[in-house]
Amino acid sequence: MADSTLSLGDAVPATTDALRHSALVRITHWLATVCILALLLSGVEILISHPRFYWGETGNVMTPSLFDLPIPASRPWVNTGYRFVLPDQNGWSRNLHFEAAWAVALTGFVYVIFGLRTRHFRNNLLPAGADLTRRVFWKDVASHLRFQRPDDAEAWSYNVVQRLTYLLVIFVLFPVAIWTGLAMSPAILSVFPILATLLGGHQSARTIHFFVSVLLVLFLVIHVVMVCRAGFRDRMRTMITGRIASQKDYP
Amino acid sequence: MSAFSRRKLITTGFAAAGGAAGLAEAVRLADRYGLIPPDRGGIYGAGTTLTYASQRLLTRHSLAREFSPSQISKAPFAKLRPFKSQAFDRLRAGGFADWRVDVDGLVARPSSFSMAELRSFPSRSQITQLACEEGWSFIAEWTGVPLSHVLSAAGTLPQARYVVYFSLQPKWWDSIDMADALHPQTLLVHGMNGGELSMGHGGPLRLRVPRQIGYKSVKFITRITLTDSLKQFDKGGKYSWYAGI
Repeated sequence: MADSTLSLGDAVPATTDALRHSALVRITHWLATVCILALLLSGVEILISHPRFYWGETGNVMTPSLFDLPIPASRPWVNTGYRFVLPDQNGWSRNLHFEAAWAVALTGFVYVIFGLRTRHFRNNLLPAGADLTRRVFWKDVASHLRFQRPDDAEAWSYNVVQRLTYLLVIFVLFPVAIWTGLAMSPAILSVFPILATLLGGHQSARTIHFFVSVLLVLFLVIHVVMVCRAGFRDRMRTMITGRIASQKDYP
Repeated sequence: MSAFSRRKLITTGFAAAGGAAGLAEAVRLADRYGLIPPDRGGIYGAGTTLTYASQRLLTRHSLAREFSPSQISKAPFAKLRPFKSQAFDRLRAGGFADWRVDVDGLVARPSSFSMAELRSFPSRSQITQLACEEGWSFIAEWTGVPLSHVLSAAGTLPQARYVVYFSLQPKWWDSIDMADALHPQTLLVHGMNGGELSMGHGGPLRLRVPRQIGYKSVKFITRITLTDSLKQFDKGGKYSWYAGI
């Protein structure tokens, strides 16, 4: 801190008005982060036991696949072209995957209820009508593609591309991931068969689950890169404490 | 300590104690209604318990999806870990005429059924999907006797909570609760796609539990035990006991 002449007034904690992120947003953000990392790790472990994808109701090593991932497998009966078989880690991976799925679903439920009640979505995530023009949208996309450092005003708000992406992740990608996950459960399908038939079958659900996961990983990577570009320490501090580093924190 | 924070501390303390007591009571009640799985402990206990409890409530009267004959897979993959068994070879040489299934434990009449007896029991055919936890699947028509029929022939005692079923393969067994054991689609299967059940698919006798993932459908069934506790039948594996996923 360059400015050592802090007055007493500055030391008094800021009022809640000065919070960039509410406590609930911060807590659910970090709970979701832990869950997503657990889902990603366990999901990859489960995936390598059968890195083939199908469309429709059924598929196995004796049927043609939609596509194969060019990776080795953890089971000997999958012909991957590799001469070795990876260790089978499905036991704990499946347990971790379903536990993290419960945790992220419950976290998401609390977050969405809170977001609707406090108008978090309407006030902070829904783009303003005036911003929903192609010019603004493509300008934001271009600045994202160049990984430009956002200006300081953006510390207090989200740009249009950011808003639309967050809404897509919250209201499309996560719900579809949960839907396609449930559509792989024979017990759930015994009650709601439509969850699979609407998608074209059990194997279609598995394939869509994979693509949604890829999109979520893509989001995660871009999100972290943009956080780094915007200033990793500042953004981390804001997401942990809720407060924005004031100008005097800069030398 | 100000009066306000003391009051807050006391109410928080009461709320926490009340919450803990409420949770303990909820678990006790849930256990009585068969909503707590035997592998409730450990770091994954919360997830597996939530899955089991919610699916037991949801699937009380549900039937696994059945398919039309045209949807039967042309290439049903038979994953079989190779095992050497002189007993199996001898039984196979005799056309499985001497294959028997013992039913014991919490039953009124411990029994032993031959394949001929099992085939003479009322049979049911159903076209259901077998989905392996690895991710692959196939659809086949399975023919067999409902497990509930075999259990009632031996006289299930009211204390029975689980059915443990053993494979001829060494150290291979699994178990289900009574809800799945008495479910009309849970079959002791001896036929597949109109013919005999092949060895690759677990012939001569396999248990099919179509509302759960494939690993609960154990092959080469030789013994069925009814029990009120799975403690002595712990498999020690890392796979979840309940696999409705």
